[in-house]
Amino acid sequence: MLVLWMVATLTFFAIRLIPGDPAEAILGGPGSQTSPEALAAVRAEYGLDQPVLVQYLAQLARLATGDLGRSYSLDQDVAPLLVGQLGGTLLLAVLALAVAWLLALGLATWSTRGGRVAWYLGSGLEIVAAALPHFWLATALIVLFSVWLGWLPPISTSGVSGLVLPVLTLAVPLAGFLGQIMRESLLTALESPFVLSARARGESERGVRWVHVIRHASLPAISLSGWAFGSLISGAVVVETIFARPGLGRTLLNAVTVRDVPVVVGAVLIVAVGYILMTLFTDLAQRIADPRLRAR
Amino acid sequence: MSDESGVGASVGAPGEGDGGVAPAVRVQNLVVGFGPQNDTDPVLNGVSFEVAPGECLALVGESGSGKSVTARSLLGLAGDNAWVRADELSLAGSDVRGLSEQSWRRRRGRDVGLVLQDALVSLDPLRPVGREIADSLRLHTRLGAAARHARVLEVLARVGLSDAGNSVRKRAGELSGGQRQRALIAAAIALDPPLLIADEPTTALDVTVQAQILELLTGLKLAGTGILLISHDLAVVGRIADRIAVLSEGRIVEQGPAHAILTRPEHPVTRQMLAAIPVDKPRGLRLSPRAAAPVSPAAAPFLALSDRADPVAPRNTVLEATGLVKRFTRPDGTEQLAVDGVSFRLERGTTLGIVGESGSGKTTTARLALALTRPDAGEVRVLGQPFSAASEKERRLLRPRLGAVYQDALSSFDPRLSVEQVLRDAVGGGRTGRGAASASATTAATAATAATASAADRLRVLALLDAVGLPQGLLGRRPLSLSGGQRQRVSIARALASGPQILICDEPVSSLDVTVQAQVLDLLDELQRNLGLSLLFISHDLGVIQHVSDQVAVMLDGRIVETGATARVFAAPEHPYTQTLLGAVPRIGF
Repeated sequence: MLVLWMVATLTFFAIRLIPGDPAEAILGGPGSQTSPEALAAVRAEYGLDQPVLVQYLAQLARLATGDLGRSYSLDQDVAPLLVGQLGGTLLLAVLALAVAWLLALGLATWSTRGGRVAWYLGSGLEIVAAALPHFWLATALIVLFSVWLGWLPPISTSGVSGLVLPVLTLAVPLAGFLGQIMRESLLTALESPFVLSARARGESERGVRWVHVIRHASLPAISLSGWAFGSLISGAVVVETIFARPGLGRTLLNAVTVRDVPVVVGAVLIVAVGYILMTLFTDLAQRIADPRLRAR
Repeated sequence: MSDESGVGASVGAPGEGDGGVAPAVRVQNLVVGFGPQNDTDPVLNGVSFEVAPGECLALVGESGSGKSVTARSLLGLAGDNAWVRADELSLAGSDVRGLSEQSWRRRRGRDVGLVLQDALVSLDPLRPVGREIADSLRLHTRLGAAARHARVLEVLARVGLSDAGNSVRKRAGELSGGQRQRALIAAAIALDPPLLIADEPTTALDVTVQAQILELLTGLKLAGTGILLISHDLAVVGRIADRIAVLSEGRIVEQGPAHAILTRPEHPVTRQMLAAIPVDKPRGLRLSPRAAAPVSPAAAPFLALSDRADPVAPRNTVLEATGLVKRFTRPDGTEQLAVDGVSFRLERGTTLGIVGESGSGKTTTARLALALTRPDAGEVRVLGQPFSAASEKERRLLRPRLGAVYQDALSSFDPRLSVEQVLRDAVGGGRTGRGAASASATTAATAATAATASAADRLRVLALLDAVGLPQGLLGRRPLSLSGGQRQRVSIARALASGPQILICDEPVSSLDVTVQAQVLDLLDELQRNLGLSLLFISHDLGVIQHVSDQVAVMLDGRIVETGATARVFAAPEHPYTQTLLGAVPRIGF
């Protein structure tokens, strides 16, 4: 709750720092010719003629009752607007997280058992992947798969094929991060005495990995996934814009451009709630994966 | 239930040409190396031995002698980059040289079981022990889940784990040290392999638990399992071994019946190992061959600085604790009395040994004595002055009089600092206090005096190295590249840097091999005599305590249950707990 209040406050004041008149934005943007009377009417209607502090308190009061307000620019209630956009972004983020995990685990496993070449190749790939910016990767993927190969659409369509490129764009850099961490803990686990014990029992290499090591390797990556989910949502802003995909990220970006305060605050609040839920979820997942935490 | 099916699989083909039962393991001229095949300096160089069913052979040697490599080679787990050659290497009567990985897997667990040192990390800490034990059955038999469970309970009962029904569901971390070591043994003998390799199976355990585990292994031996016991400690193996092979630098230097090796050792390595055992050796008797560099008289004035300049009137009691109490809150909210009314006096120039098993409150007592933890009641006085009751600012004046040596020397060093930096830090801190030193260097003092101070520091660092018998060549090395014994010497040197009168040693030799332990104990003894140090020596090892202490205090559950002169306590223990402890000490005696 405290976190949500801080998020709402920061967002409210941060957007006030952007130069320009919100009333103008409501009436069609800075370029439009608006009469002073119309401006004054709009200001009165949205409470923009009040002092900033009063506006802030009024907004807090509304937020506290669950009312996210009404969009300046779209003339819609914010809550249903954002909820409609939420599904697409969540799907994108969850898929990206899952794909990142698979990629990271695959890469870490391959690079720790495929000999020296695989080791250097694997760690090199991880570093490169982790360093890739979303906008560059998205462009490169579009050029490769849409322009040259023509396999996948360059903009996001409603089908599965439209999801592949956005998900990959988000997943690859994250997989780089997760892979580095997993490989580290994978190696530690592989050298531990309990793995020697398991081998001495006649456990196969595959058994050692699936029964013992993978769980140990996942622990730090699980705790990182909460943070990763947050970064995925912010990555979604870029990715949804590039692939012209409807979603929370793109709505947020548009709202910031036109200074649509209620939408921005609402969107940021929803992301914050998502982040908090995800952190709770990773805590739970950690407890399931590591029973030692339950005893405490 | 139908749990006879498949379990206790046949012991393999009867011995060919031996005319009897096949040995559980037989090794002829085993050579193992890491690196190029034609390596002239392999890790193991021509090792030969055999273990018959129902017999225990102890393979004894210092760390680095090749014991663990031998164990792993017998399991086909010497490592990816290792090469293994042997004239004969057979398990349960059949040749295992050049086996494919798949055939090896079928044999591991069935023909040979492995027990490692620390069950806390040798059983998967995330899985219940029952699952770990059932793994062997899953891998080697066609038993169903219910039959496996029944068999697991059976094995747990066999290793004497009380309350097996509950224990199967617990993870290694939830069991006590002895329980989890039993569970680890259970996992190794689930299929009743004819050979059990036990690699330092009791090294991390308290003496009473150690005695129980050795008893369990003896029971297995009598039931027909061949045991290859690997250890650095001759006193431990003396309890159960029928024969002993002494390994040194990859070769077996002496092999024979246990009694003969322990009473009439022929090879110098064996003699040195026997001499290193501290049990029943009177105080002051050297345990190791004389070191090359005893404390040179020239170094002494550097080291005993604070003793000379001591403004405090000489008193006989240098460290005194009265009625110390320390409570900790457990995670579940209940309170635990870690230290419960502990009082002791450390007299000048003597050693007070505090002995107790894990959880008895020894380490907390050490931390209280160093005023690193605030007591809930009671007081610590150093050189007659209030210490625990004083403010940290006042305490800092007395801190240089106290030095501390811990068990795990490696983790007590900053791994990025070289030995010289570690010691210079300690020397600088002991002389003026770090803040004052840097302030004077930057403001008041001229460059010349700073240089003099630096030169004096360097002299002192060299004197310290000399005092602990380390060559100057080690100055540039980092702690990671030192051996365990060298690290402990560096940490003793660091403790001496401030010129202390009292040295508090918390398990200073517990992670060392017996021979290295002997050297460190001799060093401490020598330093004590030359510098007039008073030692508070904390250990779980009664043998060590008996050897080093003038006075001894036995701790149990946070209390001192018996205290007195060492000779008296060891000859005529009064408290039943002391009697139990003494009964469990491994000694060589027939």
